[in-house]
Amino acid sequence: MMRNLAPILTVVATLFVLWYGAAVALNAPWARDQAARAGQELGFGALVAETWSQDKPKLPAPHQVAAEIWKTTGAMVLAGRGFSKRSLFYHSWVTFSATALGFVLGTALGVALAIGIVYNRTMDMSVMPWVIASQTIPILAIAPMIIVVLNAVGISGLLPKAMISMYLSFFPVVVGMVKGLRSPGAMQLDQMRTWNASAAQTFWRLRLPSSMPYLFTSLKIGMAASLVGAIVGELPTGAVAGLGARLLAGSYYGQTIQIWSALIMAATLAAGLVGIIGLIQRITLKRMGMS
Amino acid sequence: MTNKTVISATDLSLTFQTNDGPVHALKDVNLNVEKGDFVSFIGPSGCGKTTFLRVMADLEHPTAGQITVNGVSPEDARKARAYGYVFQAAGLYPWRTIGGNIRLPLEIMGYAKSDQVARVKAVLELVELSGFEQKFPWQLSGGMQQRASIARALAFDADLLLMDEPFGALDEIVRDHLNEQLLHLWKRTSKTICFVTHSIPEAVYLSTRIVVMSPRPGRITDVIESPLPRDRPLDIRDTPEFLEVAHRVREGLRAGHGDAV
Repeated sequence: MMRNLAPILTVVATLFVLWYGAAVALNAPWARDQAARAGQELGFGALVAETWSQDKPKLPAPHQVAAEIWKTTGAMVLAGRGFSKRSLFYHSWVTFSATALGFVLGTALGVALAIGIVYNRTMDMSVMPWVIASQTIPILAIAPMIIVVLNAVGISGLLPKAMISMYLSFFPVVVGMVKGLRSPGAMQLDQMRTWNASAAQTFWRLRLPSSMPYLFTSLKIGMAASLVGAIVGELPTGAVAGLGARLLAGSYYGQTIQIWSALIMAATLAAGLVGIIGLIQRITLKRMGMS
Repeated sequence: MTNKTVISATDLSLTFQTNDGPVHALKDVNLNVEKGDFVSFIGPSGCGKTTFLRVMADLEHPTAGQITVNGVSPEDARKARAYGYVFQAAGLYPWRTIGGNIRLPLEIMGYAKSDQVARVKAVLELVELSGFEQKFPWQLSGGMQQRASIARALAFDADLLLMDEPFGALDEIVRDHLNEQLLHLWKRTSKTICFVTHSIPEAVYLSTRIVVMSPRPGRITDVIESPLPRDRPLDIRDTPEFLEVAHRVREGLRAGHGDAV
């Protein structure tokens, strides 16, 4: 544990040093400008202090972001308003629910397509190129259209965002599961044949268990993609709620501190979700003797 | 026990079409295997011994000639689950215990739960792995894993056991032990066994008949009826009779291979 801690802390410290340095470099022109207008001369110490405490800096300093995050999470919980519409917990929850629904839908679609590709020759020849083509379309271009089209048929709220999440997250699952379901060797398949096993028995007893390591790897990528999809899906909805909405509102009003705190919150959420899948992966594969 | 033909091959040929032209894996193979026989197939790589075994198991399809297994086509025999097949690798599922692995074919074939339990116990005893039912494959040595895979092939009611170099990947000492065990098992279960190997001592020690094969095209060059008694202690391998059979097998292999050996 201690041996791991030192390198991790070194990297984190380096990042903070670079971040603070960049904040000084990027925010200095504005600080000098302000000082010149007021007819003042800024010393180095004063300049640094000024660049780390602006209201709308080009790059907010870490402590500013941390303060903003605390103000919109912990402090609000202490005030008993942990789930008010100004709380980052509320916005994270909105984004998370779209992410989770999209992830479940995407995983289901991905697994279904993979089974079709593995068991059906026509699908094997025809589906994959379309799956790959679907991912070459920029998600930012197609997201508003999905929202608009679904809105026109009366579907709004959670589902359109989840659809965009699904659109991004099914792809790694298809690719991983096709490889996973095909991972049993010729000998293992021959063995099933000598027992005259049906296709369903071969699937449930051999192909599906064999695919588990591939599935979990895909799920991790799919989860991260889902979160990106949900955030992108929140941008064109008029920015009412969600981390995507916070990003958009922040950029409307030049609230860089708000943008960065939403970004950090999104990254934390992604790390947490991927970490949970990683944990389930470790437990499952260990119990299956495949780790 | 009445003599009954288990496997009957007549003018059996199998040609693989490859980019380098046709490969004659088997050419005009004629052979009968009687019930209760222990038949070894020996020959250099490419002689078609494994292919022949796979044809019996309906894993390959002959391009000419006839073959019956238990009097019916290999496909019908496979669908009737007439044989157990042991591959070169144990091929146990890591996510199943030893007991669970042996239960796998029984589950697939729809044996009753209580029957499954009794059969797993019985075959584990047969291969001397009692007490390992709850262990996982990675907790067992290679030799024990291969014994478990043999138990798996014995668990269901098949009178025919097809074994494709099952001990090929094991060291000599383990191999001797397993050979001895296999003979015990063969005597106790009165199964018919077809056994592919490239070890002359192994073939001579185990078999009632030794089929010597040679490559390009894959064909049978000699069939040797073993004069050795059915009861065979390991030290039978030092007797003159044993050495004589081994010598004949070696001669057969040399003849089939031109003078290259």
